[in-house]
Amino acid sequence: MDVSNKEKFTLSSELIEYIDSCKQQAHFKSFLINVLQRIQDIHGYLPQCLMEETALRLGVPTAKVYGVATFYHMFRLEPQGKHTINICLGTACYVKGAQRVLDAFKSHLNIDIDETTEDLMFTLKAARCVGTCGLAPVVMIDNDVYAKVTPEDVLTIITKYRQS
Amino acid sequence: MTEQNMVTLTIDDEKVTVPAGTSVMHAAEKVGIKVPRLCYHPRLSVEGACRVCIVELKGSRNFIASCATPVQEGMEVITTSPSIREARRDIVELILDNHPKECQTCERDGNCELQRLAYAMGVRERHFEGKRKNYDNDLSGAGVIRIPNKCVLCQRCVRVCEEVQGVTALSQTHRGFDTVVMPAFNLPFAESVCTYCGQCINVCPTAAFLEKDSTRALFKAISNPEMTVIAQFAPSVRAAVGEGFGLEPGISMEGQMVTALRKLGVDVVFDTQFSADLTIMEEAHEFIHRLTNGGVLPMITSCSAAWMKYIEQFHPSILANVSTCKSPMSMMSAVTKSFYAKKMNLDPDKIFNVAVMCCTAKKYEAARPELYGDNGKPYTDAVITTREFVWMVKAQGIDFINLKKSEPDSALGFSSGAGAIFGTTGGVMEAALRTAYEKITGESLAEINFNAVRGMKGIKEAEVNIGGNIVKVAVAHGLANAKTLMKQVEEGVSPYHFIEVMGCPGGCIGGGGQPYAGSNSIPLDTAILEKRAQALYNIDEKKVIRKSHENPEIQRLYKEFLGAPLSEVAHKYLHTHYKQHFPQGI
Amino acid sequence: MNTKGILQRYFEFKEQSLSRLRQQGYFDRCKIQVGSATCENASGAEAVYREFDKMIKASGRTDILLHKTGCTGHCSSEPIVGVFKPGEIPVKYGEVTAQKAFEIFTSHVQGHSGPVVDMILDKKTDRLYRNEFIFCGRGSQCEGANDKLAAVFQEKLNQRGLGDQVKIGSGVCLGLCAEQGTPVSPACFVFPERIFYGNIQESDLDEIIDSHIEKRQLVSRLEVSFDKIHNHFFDHYGDVEYFNHQLRLTLKNCGVIDPESIDEYIYYRGFEAAAKVFENDTAETIIDKILKSGLRGRGGGGYPTGFKWRNTYLAKGDEKFIVCNADEGDPGAFMDRSMLEGDPFSIIEGMLIGGFTINAKKGYIYIRAEYPLAIKRLENAITLAREFGFLGDNILGSGYSFDIELRLGAGAFVCGEETALIHSIEGLRGMPRPRPPYPSVSGLWGCPTMINNVETLANVPVIMLDGPQWFASIGTQNSKGTKVFALAGKINQTGLVEVPMGTTLRDIIFKNGGGIKNNKKFKAVQTGGPSGGCLPEQFLDTIVDYDSLTQAGSIMGSGGMIVLDEDDCMVDIAKFFLDFTQNESCGKCTPCREGTMRMLEILQRITEGKGTMDDLTKLERLGNLIKRASLCGLGQTAPNPVLSTLRHFRDEYVEHITNKRCPAHRCQNLLRYNINPDKCVGCTACARVCPVRCISGSPKKVHEIDQQKCIKCGMCYETCKFDAIDKL
Repeated sequence: MDVSNKEKFTLSSELIEYIDSCKQQAHFKSFLINVLQRIQDIHGYLPQCLMEETALRLGVPTAKVYGVATFYHMFRLEPQGKHTINICLGTACYVKGAQRVLDAFKSHLNIDIDETTEDLMFTLKAARCVGTCGLAPVVMIDNDVYAKVTPEDVLTIITKYRQS
Repeated sequence: MTEQNMVTLTIDDEKVTVPAGTSVMHAAEKVGIKVPRLCYHPRLSVEGACRVCIVELKGSRNFIASCATPVQEGMEVITTSPSIREARRDIVELILDNHPKECQTCERDGNCELQRLAYAMGVRERHFEGKRKNYDNDLSGAGVIRIPNKCVLCQRCVRVCEEVQGVTALSQTHRGFDTVVMPAFNLPFAESVCTYCGQCINVCPTAAFLEKDSTRALFKAISNPEMTVIAQFAPSVRAAVGEGFGLEPGISMEGQMVTALRKLGVDVVFDTQFSADLTIMEEAHEFIHRLTNGGVLPMITSCSAAWMKYIEQFHPSILANVSTCKSPMSMMSAVTKSFYAKKMNLDPDKIFNVAVMCCTAKKYEAARPELYGDNGKPYTDAVITTREFVWMVKAQGIDFINLKKSEPDSALGFSSGAGAIFGTTGGVMEAALRTAYEKITGESLAEINFNAVRGMKGIKEAEVNIGGNIVKVAVAHGLANAKTLMKQVEEGVSPYHFIEVMGCPGGCIGGGGQPYAGSNSIPLDTAILEKRAQALYNIDEKKVIRKSHENPEIQRLYKEFLGAPLSEVAHKYLHTHYKQHFPQGI
Repeated sequence: MNTKGILQRYFEFKEQSLSRLRQQGYFDRCKIQVGSATCENASGAEAVYREFDKMIKASGRTDILLHKTGCTGHCSSEPIVGVFKPGEIPVKYGEVTAQKAFEIFTSHVQGHSGPVVDMILDKKTDRLYRNEFIFCGRGSQCEGANDKLAAVFQEKLNQRGLGDQVKIGSGVCLGLCAEQGTPVSPACFVFPERIFYGNIQESDLDEIIDSHIEKRQLVSRLEVSFDKIHNHFFDHYGDVEYFNHQLRLTLKNCGVIDPESIDEYIYYRGFEAAAKVFENDTAETIIDKILKSGLRGRGGGGYPTGFKWRNTYLAKGDEKFIVCNADEGDPGAFMDRSMLEGDPFSIIEGMLIGGFTINAKKGYIYIRAEYPLAIKRLENAITLAREFGFLGDNILGSGYSFDIELRLGAGAFVCGEETALIHSIEGLRGMPRPRPPYPSVSGLWGCPTMINNVETLANVPVIMLDGPQWFASIGTQNSKGTKVFALAGKINQTGLVEVPMGTTLRDIIFKNGGGIKNNKKFKAVQTGGPSGGCLPEQFLDTIVDYDSLTQAGSIMGSGGMIVLDEDDCMVDIAKFFLDFTQNESCGKCTPCREGTMRMLEILQRITEGKGTMDDLTKLERLGNLIKRASLCGLGQTAPNPVLSTLRHFRDEYVEHITNKRCPAHRCQNLLRYNINPDKCVGCTACARVCPVRCISGSPKKVHEIDQQKCIKCGMCYETCKFDAIDKL
């Protein structure tokens, strides 16, 4: 396991407040996924200690929390790069050459899918259809969508983020 | 009760009428068809995952899982056809294709549900082999180890751990082909909330969970001439060990066990039933003390090892309620290395205490530092499960079933009927009440059987009039049932004075170390548990002495060594203390 | 409960909305409308919006309204900008950039030189017509009559020299012919006046020309009113062929209203259906209407919605829930996203009516977290609906209370399956469970739960307003209404189209979608996403409805439609879809978890040239097993792409196996690049780009590829300017 994952965090007071507000409602254990999403919004991933704290506060067994966290694609259990590059490999993108775009990112960043660059700048992900097939092939970096990307565009895109 | 609605359906052209809500699988049993199955377990929620029990339903293009489909009026079910046969065969092959090809070296060789199923479905060749899962074994657990490569994802372990035991140490993690059952964060078992109850081993159809091996250590000790190997065996072992040799459940093999232990090379054979009597002496007096001196009530029993780990993790705020008595196993080991060693002039360091237990958690208990002797070493050197015992006997070529019976050694070998019933749920309570009643009232018990605390109901309650005082007691077996009672204690609303908890369903007779279910039985089957319990009640019935305090060897032990119950010596060797354990259970 | 006065209260609300819109000048100012949706923004719509904003401010004009709207679904031409000048033909521009925005503003809005003709959407015109007459009827029984009339009209116009000033177009059947009692066909819609002429006879045409076109006087005796809910979309976009070949019932507001304005939604009859239902209907009559409409679930299963509503209504339970399934996950399908981004209120209204029917106090929308804008718009819409009293306690004084909560999916395709979705809302691993019990009996926390897809719910207000009979008149025998399809792949106009059930695949692909890109040859259309199948050319005349597609070996699914051309390898496509479902399998049941992996391995072997003919038998055997024995819909449909391609394109599989050849040159391992010595001039370009340096040859000499080292990346092939590299 990554060393940085052993960092000790505690839930922020806002999150504790949120969990407490959930507990006022019926079926409060159902908010587990929402709580995990909020943790990830703050930390970029789900640190183990925060999953443990969530389990205790929400009264959901820790094994279950981990089961949920590993079930959904969106949850990350390791620290992520500052920018997440999502290469859409949906059908439309695929037939329009997304694989080659992905390969270009891999070689320029020197990482594989689901890996993070050493400088913690980029995490590379393969995404399922992001729903903008008219613009295929599509690359999403954080919340920005890049349309009709060619392998030649890749270096320019990466440089833009490195410089900003 | 209102009359149940009945439903008539056709199974393989035969009409059958069953109550509404019955599954197609159970309805088929009525017409003599036992649909092949894997993930289904009668005590657990319906998963419907393995798809082995599929049948055809007229009017439906797809197969249906017979375990998960309730009957409907007029349903037409076909349980076998060429296409079902092929489908079931292929499904079982798919499971095998992602399973190690290690049958001959597997601990469950010959005892494996998957093996039996593969044979029955006729998987004689492999068509679809490919990538196979490859995970590390987790050998960290003191009582239970995990072999994920052998897991077939039937989820019985996950369900038993959550639904029967309320522990939820396990969950499915990841998804799809990568699904693995593991503790939180894939941490080693040793760092999880697992109580080592071993029920996962009991229900696992393959060898994905096993006890931690202690047979090697025992063989080594036996072959060491300097060592005096002293064995003890739990009440529940004798009630189940025969099943490991193909006998019907419910036959006590006490005498054969003693002989077999000697044949294995054990020097001295004592009986845990003796130390069960000892436990009752201490526990009954502790209860009387608490009851009459305003102590913390309800008092909760402490002899189940999984239960002790459970309460330390899940309910640390009520540890003061727990009896400070060690378990019978630990009492015996402490006494052999003190009283017996002295008496026989043995060096305690040269004694190797082995306990044959129905239990996997006892391996963990034996290793607890709180239970070490003054020399900083454990009193109990090895714990082998009933299953391990069965294997050792087989390995030595001992003809177990036809052995002559023999008696345990004296000094610590004689037991009362109260000691015998320790092995079943309610037994400790009944044994303690027999002694407590007479000690409090000074009168002899007229009716010695406390039927209210017998049987397989999850939580049993009784009120006992002891010299004009109504004592309320409760008995729980299976940790999920215990959880219900403990919540009351935590909230300060528990109506009871005395609570018995056994970690496993049925008590020790349903322990995680008992023989695997045979080819025609189901693990954790209540009927089998009842038969094992009956074997112990029969032992009790046949005994002349049925109360712990009347056991002459017990009386001698107090006279020669301990003094009186709860004495300083008794506290040194027979009592312990508890503290919160992490990770905290939820 | 006292239901009197609910409608009246609604209309009082509406009056307030209208007056607010009036104050904004919504009705009389020149409106510049810019698309605003995930896809629009991705193609630069936000920059265009900012540019217009800047220019309007700079111009000092206060009579221009800059307006945002959802996505129209015309994806290939985004960003789309509409300029609506009162009394003039509405002009839509496509692929607008900030630069083009400047031109549009100065030339068209400011009126210096009129519309910028060459930027007009679809570029089907080089001028702005004086009038446009769009005859309705395509796909209906009156198609012939309308076509004939249109031809005569065109002839007459040509004779009078008006042929290039007046445009005659044809649109989809707008349902006028189904109007109870008073059919109005033949009929046409006229721009810029946005009126309808109905019951037109040949003899009327001269009068139309004399009066309407020449003198600009309406022929009032032919005017018919048409107040169907989808009319306002036609009003805005009826002159654009891409749109008038569609019948927009569920996408009616997408591209029309500002999805963040509840006033605009109300102006276009928003919440009127709910108010009507509250005043006039009981649960039974609502269910009856839904049953009569013939509406079936649009999420893929096609289960009759009325049954679902009735079952949940009849199920016993103190607490009941309605859930909107917005976990759109099929690769290539984005109609739900578009609907939620462009018209979130419709979904809320659909849920409100559904909730009222089963007496649910609470509704959940389960939406993919990957749709941030849709979530934002829904949250905004829910807040506004609460503020305006369409959600909350005692809605419109009906005594009925209802609220909606959003629950975000966390990335699991299988959560589109209703029992998995329930588990996910409950905060568990999103794994399906065996049915029965169905959610309508035992769903969320064991309570009866009605789960409807986004598009299904969007149909509900339409049915309530325009009537179930009218709705049922659209479509085929067993599939009523319209269906939204997401066109993608090798098609000219990628995007969303909503067409009546019963339209042929050919019409959708070649008329709505404008045919195959780059004039390539059509090979197959994949419908239904990863659960669907691939249909070859001989199935192009299959009509789209639930039964016909199933019969053809595919499914309707949620409406993804991916067009494949001669460059696509069917084995590769099958592998792609199976890879998707294999990856999305929850892992619960054996056939899906283990079986899809084995099928994928076999396909992998075949695409690498390592397959055997026996592998085809195994694929079929496993495919049929997974189909019949899996626990949930995901597994039961996962083999479809493989089985359907095996059925229709078996030769292609065989070619991969026996000749180790990929006919479409897609499967990289089977490719071979050769340098043609007759064409190679020795320019060295190929050798320079080769990433593994496996091309040898000195300048001006013929080069050669080392086949052992070649990684088949194709860089040389693309670089060669002399067409000297053959791809085999």
